[in-house]
Amino acid sequence: MPKSGEAFWWSLFSAGGMVAALLVPIHVLLSGIAAPLGWVSTEAFGNQMQALVSHPLTKIYLFVLFSLTFFHCVHRIRHVLYDTGLREYQTPIAVICYGAAVIGTVATIFVLLAI
Amino acid sequence: MREPYRRSMSATTWWLSKRIYVLFMLRELTSVLIAAFLVVYLIQLAQLAQGAEAYTAFVERLASPGWIIFHLLVLIAALYHSITWFNLTPQVIILRRGEEQVPSIFIAGSHYVAWLAVSVVIVWVVVGN
Repeated sequence: MPKSGEAFWWSLFSAGGMVAALLVPIHVLLSGIAAPLGWVSTEAFGNQMQALVSHPLTKIYLFVLFSLTFFHCVHRIRHVLYDTGLREYQTPIAVICYGAAVIGTVATIFVLLAI
Repeated sequence: MREPYRRSMSATTWWLSKRIYVLFMLRELTSVLIAAFLVVYLIQLAQLAQGAEAYTAFVERLASPGWIIFHLLVLIAALYHSITWFNLTPQVIILRRGEEQVPSIFIAGSHYVAWLAVSVVIVWVVVGN
């Protein structure tokens, strides 16, 4: 990775870190724990999500949440791999990590457009 | 006399040698659970393309103990990320008011307030109306 690219990836990492810090816990609690356990009516939750996610503003919100957080995560995973003895493989690791974030972002666009 | 430098740490497990390194590594590894959550959440949202019933059926499947444990671990990781992230903000954002520097507690504190406010708004939008 050229040195100049690092600032770009770091800005995505930083923005994603803030987005993840502010937004991820409540989404985990709502969609991963509260709804499955029936703390909120699962059926009402489904109808509400259907109506919400059909709205373009919600799609933009989810796009920002998913894409920036993906880039944040792969940036950290990339550095963990460097720092645990894989420093020789910097270029393939960077390609795989950021490639995964690009795939995640594209998949998010497809999912949001299909709804 | 200075001791000669001896490289005794393993390149893979060096971070196990000190508590602060372990905490650093745990913070970095929260990203693995958060990324895994996003993938599951994206699959969950993708069900909406087939309608609210497919979505509800998927959410009901997440009630199994394995998935609840997974999401509890993700929640712990996400909270750890949020707390460590907000606690670092005073080192990144330096604000001055006149001659004085805004104390770090206000910088981190404002992020905690924003976190609470945003979370309440999301609950209200998703469940409350």
